[in-house]
Amino acid sequence: MGNIRLENVKKAFGDAIVIPDLDLEIENGEFVVFVGPSGCGKSTLLRLIAGLEDVTGGKIWINGRDATGEAPASRGLAMVFQTYALYPHMSVYKNIAFPLKMAGMDKKAIDDKVRGAAETLNLTDFLHRRPGQLSGGQRQRVAIGRAIVREPKAFLFDEPLSNLDAALRVAMRLEISELHHQLKTTMIYVTHDQVEAMTMADKIVVLRAGIIEQVGSPLDLYRSPRNRFVAGFIGSPKMNFVEGDKAAKRDAYAIGIRPEHMTLSTDDGQWPGTVRVSEHLGSDTFLHVDVEGAGMMTVRSDGDVPIDHGVRVFLTPDEAKLHRFDADGKAL
Amino acid sequence: MATLHTRTSARYMMAPAVLLLLAWMLIPLGMTLYFSFLRYNLLMPGMEEWTGFLNYKYFLTDPAFDDALINTLLLVGGTLLITVIGGTLLALMLDQPFFGRGIVRLMVIAPFFVMPTVSALVWKNMLMHPVYGLFAWLAKSVGLPPVDWLAQVPLLSVIMIVSWQWLPFATLILLTAMQSLDEEQKEAAEMDGAGAISRFIYIVVPHLARAITVVILIETIFLLSVFAEILVTTNGGPGTQSTNITYLVYSLALLQFDVGGASAGGIVAVILANIVAIFLIRMIGKNLDR
Ligand SMILES: Nc1ncnc2c1ncn2[C@@H]1O[C@H](COP(=O)(O)OP(=O)(O)OP(=O)(O)O)[C@@H](O)[C@H]1O
Ligand SMILES: [Mg+2]
Repeated sequence: MGNIRLENVKKAFGDAIVIPDLDLEIENGEFVVFVGPSGCGKSTLLRLIAGLEDVTGGKIWINGRDATGEAPASRGLAMVFQTYALYPHMSVYKNIAFPLKMAGMDKKAIDDKVRGAAETLNLTDFLHRRPGQLSGGQRQRVAIGRAIVREPKAFLFDEPLSNLDAALRVAMRLEISELHHQLKTTMIYVTHDQVEAMTMADKIVVLRAGIIEQVGSPLDLYRSPRNRFVAGFIGSPKMNFVEGDKAAKRDAYAIGIRPEHMTLSTDDGQWPGTVRVSEHLGSDTFLHVDVEGAGMMTVRSDGDVPIDHGVRVFLTPDEAKLHRFDADGKAL
Repeated sequence: MATLHTRTSARYMMAPAVLLLLAWMLIPLGMTLYFSFLRYNLLMPGMEEWTGFLNYKYFLTDPAFDDALINTLLLVGGTLLITVIGGTLLALMLDQPFFGRGIVRLMVIAPFFVMPTVSALVWKNMLMHPVYGLFAWLAKSVGLPPVDWLAQVPLLSVIMIVSWQWLPFATLILLTAMQSLDEEQKEAAEMDGAGAISRFIYIVVPHLARAITVVILIETIFLLSVFAEILVTTNGGPGTQSTNITYLVYSLALLQFDVGGASAGGIVAVILANIVAIFLIRMIGKNLDR
């Protein structure tokens, strides 16, 4: 059980207003991802929910109870930090057991729980080791283990994978998703990684400067971004934006088209241009094309197109998947 | 210093310094060792003769030696206890944000810059004096008879003075250690349901273990040879109540002019210091390995 509701939450550090006014509803069992550019207040928001920072105004409801003034421990949430924050002088076993010991649980019950968690997370062989003797991925799992033994109402993750290398990040991403399916506990997950956000989330919350730009399922945000910021932020590579007469022709101040929604041809099409850089990834090719009268655009093509620097090409947007924006950046 | 070549040349370059240091250390030690086997009294010049271990026998069987040994251990142990516990608490306080923290930090460090003789004089005449002292005034103002600190509890008084001097050192080291504690660890413990006291016991103290070890090791080295404070305040008395080994050696050599006996005492002190050092390193040195 863990639904969390933020009501008119405000946060300021001295004069600096980080979160002006924010409302958000998180349902029980949901996997919610906060994304946004660096410094937009994702961590701050998570810490407000955790109780590690006091709100400047507004209320935080956890399971229908007003938790605004409660201490972190009594909110029943567990947090996994970016730097893991393991206790370096305790063994893995003691690290995982620590919250249970603090809760005054008896030794036998603690032992069962710690071993159960270690089993789930493949940590059984490392229980006697110190955190300093573990790899980054193993440390991350210990941090998760320490969170799950408490059976919290919700898990809070603050960029838990950003210290890991690319391969391990993918593996841990799957493990966390798997864990969510097993436990069915609410999870709030902060990241600035696109792919993590798209693949893991039931619901993505896009933040900018402490303001929620849009909330929705990953595909919602991908298909119908509410404004230019969200359109540019969700999707990789980024959406191409074109202003000027190409947009005016479609009754908009600006139009946006994703790299994967354009067709590429060497003989004819709507927008002629010259290839500047081509990135062959094997499965796909991303071409950076200098389009006449529109500047640089990125287009996705098949893995084996034999096009390189300097080739003249034509791009044709898929009109049905084209996004139109007004002068304020709102979607039309 | 990775290759054989650089290591060899480094050795040659260090050699003069090492030799000088060795001579600096070994010559006085050798002379002391030599004198300790002589009957050598300044009151009887020209009568030096070889006496074997007689000086050692007299020194070790002197009842003053037992007292001095116990006093030395009490002085070292008591001061360590006060400075480590007091230093931890002070560091904990100075780590909190409060108004005027910079000034308070400076004031806490200040005693460390006061010379031992000066601080002993201040304590003797301004604080502990049974007539003019601050403590006596405090006692009288609540209607208690004033305590003559240096006469009634001489060793405790010396411990207090020495602790006052070493408290800043312990505080400084422990404060630095405390500031290096990762903020997220404390927050994680807070989320794990640890209250302020549990956080202190399970997170802060283990983090400080290494720094405490350093404080204990360094202080012990200096506290074994406390001298000025005793000379200025109690002169080792009354009787031998505040005589430590260092002071006993001094009184043999310069009050009784028995250079041979004092040398034997000096050698015994060196041996004792080494025993203490070995124990310390055995006992807590393993903290440093981590
Ligand atoms: N303790 C603090 N005192 C003052 N300002 C702070 C404090 N903590 C955060 N801020 C400010 O609040 C803003 C949001 O910070 P926050 O850490 O929430 O960003 P973020 O979205 O997590 O960024 P990142 O992706 O880089 O982690 C930043 O501008 C930061 O400078
Ligand atoms: Mg952050």
